[in-house]
Amino acid sequence: MEKPRVAFFDFASCEGCQLQVVNLEEDLLQVVQAADVVSFREAMKGHSDDYDIAFVEGSITRRSDEARLKEIRKNAKVLVALGACATLGGINMLKNFQEQDGVRRFVYGERAADYETYPARPLKAVVPVDLEIHGCPINRKEFAMVVKSLLMGKRPEIPNYPVCVECKMAENICVFQIGMTCMGPVTRAGCGACCVTEGSFCWGCRGLVDNPNADSEREVLAKYGLSVGDILKKFRLYTGYSEVAK
Amino acid sequence: MNGEKTISVHHVTRVEGHGNIQIKIKDGAVEHCQWQVVEAPRFFEAMVRGRKWYEIAHITSRICGICSIGHTLTSLKATEAAMGVPISEQTEKVRKLLLHAENMQSHMLHVGYLVLPDLAGVPSVIPLASTHREELLLVVGLHRLANEMSDMVGGRTTHPQRPVVGGFAKWPTGAELEALRDRLEKSLQEAKALCSFVKSVVHHFPNFRRETEYIALTNPKEYALYEGDIGSTDGGTWPVHQYKEIANEYLVPQSTAKFAKHKRDSYMVGALARLNLNYDHLTPRAKEISGLFELRPVNYNPFMNNIAQLVEVVHGMEDSIRLIDDLLKDGIKDEKPSVSVRAGRGSGSTEVPRGILFHEYEYNKDGECVWANCVIPTNQNHANIQKDMEALIPQIKDREREEIEFAAEQLVRAYDPCISCSTHCIML
Repeated sequence: MEKPRVAFFDFASCEGCQLQVVNLEEDLLQVVQAADVVSFREAMKGHSDDYDIAFVEGSITRRSDEARLKEIRKNAKVLVALGACATLGGINMLKNFQEQDGVRRFVYGERAADYETYPARPLKAVVPVDLEIHGCPINRKEFAMVVKSLLMGKRPEIPNYPVCVECKMAENICVFQIGMTCMGPVTRAGCGACCVTEGSFCWGCRGLVDNPNADSEREVLAKYGLSVGDILKKFRLYTGYSEVAK
Repeated sequence: MNGEKTISVHHVTRVEGHGNIQIKIKDGAVEHCQWQVVEAPRFFEAMVRGRKWYEIAHITSRICGICSIGHTLTSLKATEAAMGVPISEQTEKVRKLLLHAENMQSHMLHVGYLVLPDLAGVPSVIPLASTHREELLLVVGLHRLANEMSDMVGGRTTHPQRPVVGGFAKWPTGAELEALRDRLEKSLQEAKALCSFVKSVVHHFPNFRRETEYIALTNPKEYALYEGDIGSTDGGTWPVHQYKEIANEYLVPQSTAKFAKHKRDSYMVGALARLNLNYDHLTPRAKEISGLFELRPVNYNPFMNNIAQLVEVVHGMEDSIRLIDDLLKDGIKDEKPSVSVRAGRGSGSTEVPRGILFHEYEYNKDGECVWANCVIPTNQNHANIQKDMEALIPQIKDREREEIEFAAEQLVRAYDPCISCSTHCIML
C-alpha cells in the first residue's frame, strides 16, 4: 500500500497545535515512516498540492483566507481541524463580541482600514470538516491516536461526555467546592481534566459536548455567585461560536 | 551583469508564521528588496478588554504557542505590577526554571529542527533522520528534556496552567526536582556534543556583519531573563515601565505587523542581543561554548544569533541546576497565592526566546482589564531584518539566483521570527 500523503496548514492561530506534533519527539520519527509529509511550512521547505490528509490549524478571520481553505478542501480527501481555533474559532472569537471596526481602530489606529478582518470563525463555517481534534492546545497523544486510526482506515473515538467524568477518575477535588467556577460539566472530555489536575479549572477549550446541559451549568454558575454577564463571558471564552450560530 | 533576477519567496518556510521575501536585481543593481509580513492580524489587545484579571494570562498566552510560557509570565508580572501583588522568592526561582525550560525548548526547536537542515544541506529535519541520525537524536533528546521540564514545572509544555497571578497553583515536588537535576547534569555532555557538531558546519553561515543596536534586559546580578532594566549596546538603561521610549513602533505598508526603532533605523533583540549585553554573567560552561565559536560581545553578525541560542541552552541547563540546588536547600513550601483585586496600571517584561517582551495592562476596581498593550520581540526585529537584507543582498547580488534566495531565507530564519505573535500590536 502506498503511504498516505499528509500536509499541515495554518490560519489565525498561535501554531501551538502544530508544535504539539513536533513535540511527539521520537514518535514523530515513526509517524514520518508511516506517512509522507509533503507540506509543513513551519518545519520544512518544499510544498506539494498532492495530499490525502490535510491537518489545518487556526480560525478564519479574513474573507481572503476563505479561498485558500477551499483550495485545501478540494485537494484533501480528509480534512482534519487541529485545535480549538480550527474547531471552535477559539480565543480569536473574543473579538467577535466587540464592534469590528472598533477592534481594528484600537489596534491599528488611523490605518485601521488597511488591516482586513471579519468575525473569526471555525473551519466548518467555511468548508465541510471530516474530523476535529479538540483542545487548546491539542493533546499530542490524542493526535497520535487519530493519526493511527486514519492510517488504519478507522474513525477515531473522540469522547462525547463531559470533563467531569475524567476529573472524577483523576481524583480531583471539585473546584466548585474550593471557591472556583468551572466549565467542566458541559465541556467535551478527552483531556484527562488536565487543567483541574494542575491546579486550575476547566476553561472549556474542547468545546461543548453534543448535548450540553447548558441551562443547568448556567444555574450552577449563578448559584456560585457569577452574574449573568460573567456567565456569558465564561461561555464566550471558547464556545462563543455556538452562541452566534444558534 | 546585465539581465534581471527576481526572487519571490511566498511564505518563508521553517519559521513560525507567514512572511514573504521580494527581491529584484536589474543590471547588476538591487532595485527592490523587501521583507513582508502577511500574517492574519489577531487583535489580542482588543480581545482582553472586559475580561477578568485571572483570565488575562490564559488569553495572552495564546499569542504564541512556542513562547506561551514567556507570554504567561510576562502577563502575570504586568498584572502583579498593576495590582501590587507580591511574589515570594520561591515563586521567582520556579518561574526562572520555567523560563529556562522554554528557552531550551524553543532554541532546540530553532537550531535543531529549523536551522540545522540548512547547515547540513537538506530541505528539512526529516532527511536528517538518515543523513545525520546521531546528531538528530541529540537534538530530539534535548528538546524532549526541555519539554518534560516545562511539563513538570509548569503543568504543560504549551499554555501552562500552574503559573497564576501571585505565584503557582501547584508546585513541583522535591523528588521531581531532584530527578530533573540529575537529567540536566547528564545532558550537559549531550549539549556539548551537539555544539561540537554545529561547530563543524558553522562555516555554512554567510560571513556578514552590520553594526546595529542591541536591546535586552540587563541586571547587575545575573544573566537577565526574568528580571532587569532595559539595556542597550549603544549605552543607557531604562526601567521597564519606560518601554515605549525604546520600542517606537510604526506601521509600514508591507506588513500586518508593526516595525520598531529606537535611536537608529532599527535594533535587534534575542539571544545575540542578550549575549552582547550580558556576556559576563554566562555560566562557565556557556562561556566555553561561546569561546568555541569565538563569539564575543559585541558581535554584529545576525547569523550568530543561532550560536548565541546554543550558548543559552547550555547556560539554561547549568543555571537550572543551580536554581534547583537552591530550591532543594530550602525545601519546596506549599505556598498559596494571595491577591487583593484593585484598580491600577502596570507593565512587565521578561526575556523570551526571541527577545525582550513587554505586556502592560490597566484594570478597573472590579479587576476587569480595560486597556492592554503587548510589544513582541519579533515586531522589534522586523525593521532590523529589513535593514540587514538591504545590506546583505548588494554584497551577494552577482551570485546565482538560488544562492541569493537561500541567503535571504537563512537571514530571516536566523532571527527565529515568530510572525503570528507579531501581528497585533497596538499603536503606542
